[in-house]
Amino acid sequence: MERIVEEFKKASADPIAYGRALKEDGRKIIAFFCTYTPEEIIHASGVHPMRLFGTTRDSSAADRHLQAYCCSLVRGALAQALSGELDFIDGAVFPHTCDSIQRLSDIWRLNTAYGFFADVVLPVKLTSASARSYFEDVLAKLRSDLEKGLSTRISDDDLRASIRTYNSIRASLSELYGFVSRGASPLLPGDVSALVRGSMILERSAAERLLKELVRAHDGIGRKDTNLKRVMLVGGLCDHPDIYRLLLDSGALVVWDDLCSGSRYFEGAIPEDGDPIANLAGRYFERAVCPAKHSSTTARARRLVEAAIRERVQGVIFLQLKFCDPHAFDYPYLKETLDSHSIPSMLLEIEDQLPPEGQLLTRFETFVQTI
Amino acid sequence: MSAADSEKPRKFRAAKRMREIMTEYYIEAKGAGSTGKKVAWITSGGPVEPLIAMDVIPVYPENYGAMIGASHMGGDLCAKAEAMGYSTDLCSYARADIACARENGGPIGGLPKPDMLICCNNICGTVLKWYETHARYFDVPLFIFDTPFCHTEFPDIARKYVHRQLDEYVAFLEEACGRPFDLEKSSEVGRRSLEGQRLWQEVLDTAAHRPAPMTAFDAFFFLALIVTLRGTQVVVDFYRELLSEMRERIEQGVWAIPNERFRLLWDNLPVWYRLKWLSDTFASHDACLVADTYTTAWCGSMKYIDENDFFGSMAEAYTRIYLNIGVDEMAKTIFSMIDKYQVDGLVMHSNRSCKPYSFGQYDIMRMVQEEKGIPCMIIESHMTDERSFSESQTLTRIEAFMEMIRQRKGLRS
Ligand code: SF4
Ligand code: SF4
Repeated sequence: MERIVEEFKKASADPIAYGRALKEDGRKIIAFFCTYTPEEIIHASGVHPMRLFGTTRDSSAADRHLQAYCCSLVRGALAQALSGELDFIDGAVFPHTCDSIQRLSDIWRLNTAYGFFADVVLPVKLTSASARSYFEDVLAKLRSDLEKGLSTRISDDDLRASIRTYNSIRASLSELYGFVSRGASPLLPGDVSALVRGSMILERSAAERLLKELVRAHDGIGRKDTNLKRVMLVGGLCDHPDIYRLLLDSGALVVWDDLCSGSRYFEGAIPEDGDPIANLAGRYFERAVCPAKHSSTTARARRLVEAAIRERVQGVIFLQLKFCDPHAFDYPYLKETLDSHSIPSMLLEIEDQLPPEGQLLTRFETFVQTI
Repeated sequence: MSAADSEKPRKFRAAKRMREIMTEYYIEAKGAGSTGKKVAWITSGGPVEPLIAMDVIPVYPENYGAMIGASHMGGDLCAKAEAMGYSTDLCSYARADIACARENGGPIGGLPKPDMLICCNNICGTVLKWYETHARYFDVPLFIFDTPFCHTEFPDIARKYVHRQLDEYVAFLEEACGRPFDLEKSSEVGRRSLEGQRLWQEVLDTAAHRPAPMTAFDAFFFLALIVTLRGTQVVVDFYRELLSEMRERIEQGVWAIPNERFRLLWDNLPVWYRLKWLSDTFASHDACLVADTYTTAWCGSMKYIDENDFFGSMAEAYTRIYLNIGVDEMAKTIFSMIDKYQVDGLVMHSNRSCKPYSFGQYDIMRMVQEEKGIPCMIIESHMTDERSFSESQTLTRIEAFMEMIRQRKGLRS
């Protein structure tokens, strides 16, 4: 098991190195920044889709283009693109989510030359029949943009094969997460996070195979009880393995999350027969929404409470990226809803770097002691 | 400073009339409960014409935000929103308005409660979140008019989607009002809306005259009507009057800045709580802000409107508005404004409240410097939250900027 987890950890800790190596093997790579990217279509074209987390040591290259009040994800991604760190990619895809990503797309288009470029202007409301058919139209457009841009053809069968791969990856991730939540795994929560993030980076057929192996390796492992408090992370992206470790040191186990680098990535299987584009669109209408999209005014809170009850969560930690509007808008009402169900929560605002370790540990310990 | 102080900008006749109209409008809106009319809260760039055709009173939290800012109540209200858990980095319109909705603490004793909410995301994603908050709090129906972002184009698939939403919008209104929609009446409102937009554009155009009879600060003031009462006859009559006042001024030589020497373009929303200070500061340098991208946004997509099919063409016009287009498209608009108004410098308000308006400004600034060779400057603020504004820093920047402009024109300070 360790060997496999190590592979995912390595890839998620240094996606650039992984991307470069893959490129040297002759693979084409398209970068993306958000789980609303219909990766399956890119994958079906034979190109490798790779998520970037905007994690970079030095984001000053973005200072000429973005004000200081821009989130570190957008800033980091642009800095990487401008500094040459991404010299191995063959293009990028920008799904419409928040205002910041939307402008990142413009600035990227005007200042970089990475070959393929596509905006995927998805609908914002995911409730109406018109939005659903527009969603399908947008996916079909991406498909034909890719076909033109890469001089290739993407058949329905290619798409179905790709959907099968992703279904398998998502199902394995969900199973593994379950093992850890139930205490029936030697893996740690930070490992699961690395598996999810790694799955957005590793060559997908390799990821599929390795994850299956990992699931199989769990056969016969029994449950172990712990005294750790059961907590849940809620927010956008968490690219900080240290958070999981520090929580563990504070006596808490992350048993579930609502993160786009977590459950929002792997929830929702896609039907494998029938019209693949319609099926792909369907998943986005059913899965938990990100706050930049609208499904209903109460769906997020409801799902959050349901998950908390189901996973017997004792406390919730909101991880909020500084300057992230969609998440910041949802926070007060999510917190209020948790309060009304007597589920304690804390808010951790993160800039590009985490607060000093000692300080963070104290905050976690204080919180964990009260739950 | 003394020159500007001694020659107080001459008052506009129309200002009084405008205050009257706004007062009447808010009185009517606040009295909706007793007249049985319904009230809809709607975003500033939202398709309001169908509401007017249905005799629903549109109310604009953003206009209210501007009032809050101008009356220096923003800082307090934003602090209240922060106490409720809303981050200080969020749009200050949204923060102030959310706090008001809960506390009724703002100007005019708060807005009349909504019977429905109409949110059009052609200006930002903030409004979606903001209106979701209201929908939960007031427990009223929310209609989202989803206008896909047009980075470089408005593809047919988006056109089809927005068109279909017009029908959904109508169905929503029929349900909310319990009455059938009157397409005939809606076209009439549409014609008046277009007429209002034309007149507003003509008013703004008068500032192309050298020297200019009005400044962007005047435009910020007179904007309220095209935002809040677009589609009514009152607006058409008012802007016709305002237009003739502007023309009179040109004939009589009444200029906004007595010794206009420099002409500037403003980008982004106003700094609502420092209008006078900014206006005086620029005037003290004999600089006139002759135009701005913000007030122009309410007539900028007229080219997509078909006079004979307002309702049908509204889909495109409301989707391709200034904020819903790519940075390069925005830059093109700015270039043409620089030419049209013969501008010597660009003042960019980097507005922490408004990310979609502000991100990309640095790129636009470089394009302007390259293409037009004029100096640019940045002023930073949270447009309705006065707590973080630095007057001294802004002043230093304005002085350095004006010095550059003088040098470029071969003038001494
Ligand atoms: S959703 Fe939030 S974190 Fe993600 S790009 Fe937008 S502002 Fe940044
Ligand atoms: S100021 Fe900007 S972010 Fe705020 S409501 Fe207006 S367009 Fe949206």
